[in-house]
Amino acid sequence: MFRFIVRRLLQMVLTFFGATFVVYALMFAYVDDPLQALVGDRPVTDSQRAALNARYHLDEGFFAQYWHYIKGLLTGDFGQSLTGRSIGDMLSQAWPVTIRLALLSIVIAAVVAIGAGVLSGIRRGGVFDTVTLVLTLIVLAMPIVVLAPLAQLVFGIQLGWFPPTAGRNAGLYELLLPALVLGSLVIATELRVTRTSVAENLRADYVRTAKAKGLAPRRVIGVHVLRNSLIPVITLIGVDIGVLMSGAIVTEGVFNIPGVGFNLFRGIRTEDGPLVVGFVSVLVIVFLVINLIVDLLYAALDPRIRYE
Amino acid sequence: MPGKSPWKVAATATAVVLLAAGCSSGSSDDTEVLPNSISIGIAEPTSLVPSNSIETSGSQVLASLFYPLVRFDAKSNPYPVAAQSITHDKANRVWTIRLKPGFTFSNGEPVVADNYLDAWNYGAYGPNGQLASYFFQRIDGFADLQAKDPDDGGPEKAPEPKAKKLRGLKKVNNLTFTVTLTEGFAGWQSVMGYDAFFPLPKAAFSGDGVLNKDFGEAPIGNGPFKMKGTWQHDEKIVVEKVADFKGTIPKVSGITWKIYQDLGAQYADLVGGNLDIETKIPIENLASASSDLGTRLARTPSSSFSFVGFPMYDDKYKNPDVRRALSMAINRQEMTDQVFLGSEQPATSFVSPQVAGARPNSCGQWCEYNPTRAKQLYTAANGPRDIKISYNTDGGHKAWVDAMCNQIKASLAVNCTGVGLPKLKDLLAKVRAKEDVGLIRLGWAMDYPLMESYLGPLYTSDGSSNYYGYNNTTFDSLVRQGSAAPTVAQSQKLWNEAEDQLVRDMPVLPLRFGQNVFGYSEKVTDVTMDLFGKVDIYAVDIAG
Repeated sequence: MFRFIVRRLLQMVLTFFGATFVVYALMFAYVDDPLQALVGDRPVTDSQRAALNARYHLDEGFFAQYWHYIKGLLTGDFGQSLTGRSIGDMLSQAWPVTIRLALLSIVIAAVVAIGAGVLSGIRRGGVFDTVTLVLTLIVLAMPIVVLAPLAQLVFGIQLGWFPPTAGRNAGLYELLLPALVLGSLVIATELRVTRTSVAENLRADYVRTAKAKGLAPRRVIGVHVLRNSLIPVITLIGVDIGVLMSGAIVTEGVFNIPGVGFNLFRGIRTEDGPLVVGFVSVLVIVFLVINLIVDLLYAALDPRIRYE
Repeated sequence: MPGKSPWKVAATATAVVLLAAGCSSGSSDDTEVLPNSISIGIAEPTSLVPSNSIETSGSQVLASLFYPLVRFDAKSNPYPVAAQSITHDKANRVWTIRLKPGFTFSNGEPVVADNYLDAWNYGAYGPNGQLASYFFQRIDGFADLQAKDPDDGGPEKAPEPKAKKLRGLKKVNNLTFTVTLTEGFAGWQSVMGYDAFFPLPKAAFSGDGVLNKDFGEAPIGNGPFKMKGTWQHDEKIVVEKVADFKGTIPKVSGITWKIYQDLGAQYADLVGGNLDIETKIPIENLASASSDLGTRLARTPSSSFSFVGFPMYDDKYKNPDVRRALSMAINRQEMTDQVFLGSEQPATSFVSPQVAGARPNSCGQWCEYNPTRAKQLYTAANGPRDIKISYNTDGGHKAWVDAMCNQIKASLAVNCTGVGLPKLKDLLAKVRAKEDVGLIRLGWAMDYPLMESYLGPLYTSDGSSNYYGYNNTTFDSLVRQGSAAPTVAQSQKLWNEAEDQLVRDMPVLPLRFGQNVFGYSEKVTDVTMDLFGKVDIYAVDIAG
């Protein structure tokens, strides 16, 4: 187990540098004239251009710029955004709220999806199963750009159950509506996967054995079936964290949450290369760590899996 | 962990997560909100250093922190505010500014002439890279503070500029200084109303001409409000009243500038009662806004001007009759009503009529919708059978370009297509390469309320935004004479003559003048907005 983790951590370092390099190269290709993007339609004077080029190393070649960036990164300096803010500060301000939002929506989605998935897996073809099928289809068909403003309008403004926007220091209550919206992105697939998996395992030999032994149905499902059915669902939840971060670009905009998604969107819009690369670098780390945790969870769920 | 029930694991994990989500946050409501204070929505400013501020959000906040030399009346004529008097010599070249005594910065420093000189020198010095530095370019010696990159974007460092201070700025005594311009300019007083001309306290500088790194996080100004805490990025900027302020005293005791990324979210907060003023109602919400807000939805003119330019290098558009016919072929009113839902106004002049001296309908018959006359003129002039309108797709222009094309098709029976390019600079690169782009979508907002702020940059042959290549020496000299005229009235007369020349030449096709479409909550009253898209913080009051 220990050797497995160390090996994975070493792989992470390589993946991290590879990913930042690719993202940096992509941003370099995309960014054309960030100074013009900064001032809008106005012309940039020569001396402004000279001063700002020197400050952000914009007039140097790709490898020179990447070298400056990596050099900073290794000393813990993410550099400066084009509006002069320290990207390290921006990261530390943006991440907490996004993590809270993502965790909350993961929990909501997982609880609802696993609960409803198990129920409809047990009573396949029943009323509950049919109703959840229809509901998940509706949720799947609704893009988040529609769902988020709609939820805000109905629950935030018309019914007034939730505050319409959240903000950086939002508490649990304020984050609930955005988390529900964000969770709905992944809830449908998680539910369907749980249902299929449960239905499949119910027909497995070991379940028949357990039933034949005379175990209570509750224990058969709660321990034997569920534990085996959760393996694909856990994988899915791990991947879903990525989906939630990207879905957060829309949700954070609609609910005015200055988190990671918003900063990425701003960076892309203003052609702010260092900003985008900084946030993506941290996103890469998050992905890698989550994948490691998911792999370790397998071992917890399935004793047959051993990491050497 | 193996052997434990997965339910237990899940329950523990859930509990941990919920605790993390709940505990690590305070309440989002502003518990420290002052009585009689209001909230106004803005976007994240790019900078709160006055000479680096070129967008409305930063400008709004700065307007509460600083007290300008001049403000503008309803007819956009300047009157002194922080200045006791502003006088000039016969040639409009040497301007003497006398400050009102007794004013202080919010840190207690008295406001003296040096504060202005320091701030302006800092703003104009090229290597500081201040985005609003071009405002200082009329001051004598500006060129010496600039350094040109020797290899234009190459790795070589730009040389030090020749001078560090503007030659044209001279201190007379503690409260008086003079500004010498490179050439006479009758409208200089209006120019000085802009943010870049705010003074900076001694405390802002850590050395001669070196601004404190963190000054922009909590600027110290000479205005009616001061910062409460620092700028909370992407969240809010809170300002509170300065005790015993010497100038005009605002009616509210504090303003929370709430920062939004998205106008839609801002609108949701306005309707939900969490925000007092939204300065720009998004067009998606305009349809429901009048029922949501009733009389609290208001419109005032702004300075923005939308137009399409004719590529003057293209022979197809050489004949002025072709350009006039196209202008008469489009129904501006229909466009503003249907596409913009009345949030913009049809433009029938080349300079916003809100600016002092400008006339509302200078374009006359050529900007009136008259399809029959347009068709006659177009056929007689043998206009092109194929019209293109090029625009950038990142600004929401497609809808009206398509509408305009349909109008041209219907009126002139020619083919018309809208060509979308990703960004404005892609479009301008094609224009510079003199490619066949057809009509060019462009926009403009003035820097200062003078006709010259439209005529100079947009239409003179060396204008900074004259991308389409209009070149008329009569026009150029009229604009220049207007700028040099001894009185503002004479300037305006000459500038109007210059605009008449534009009417004869039709280098661009005026389309729309913008409006501030804003809304406010029941809590506030007397909400007005100026041509620059800023809320008048002196007039706004708490209702009831």
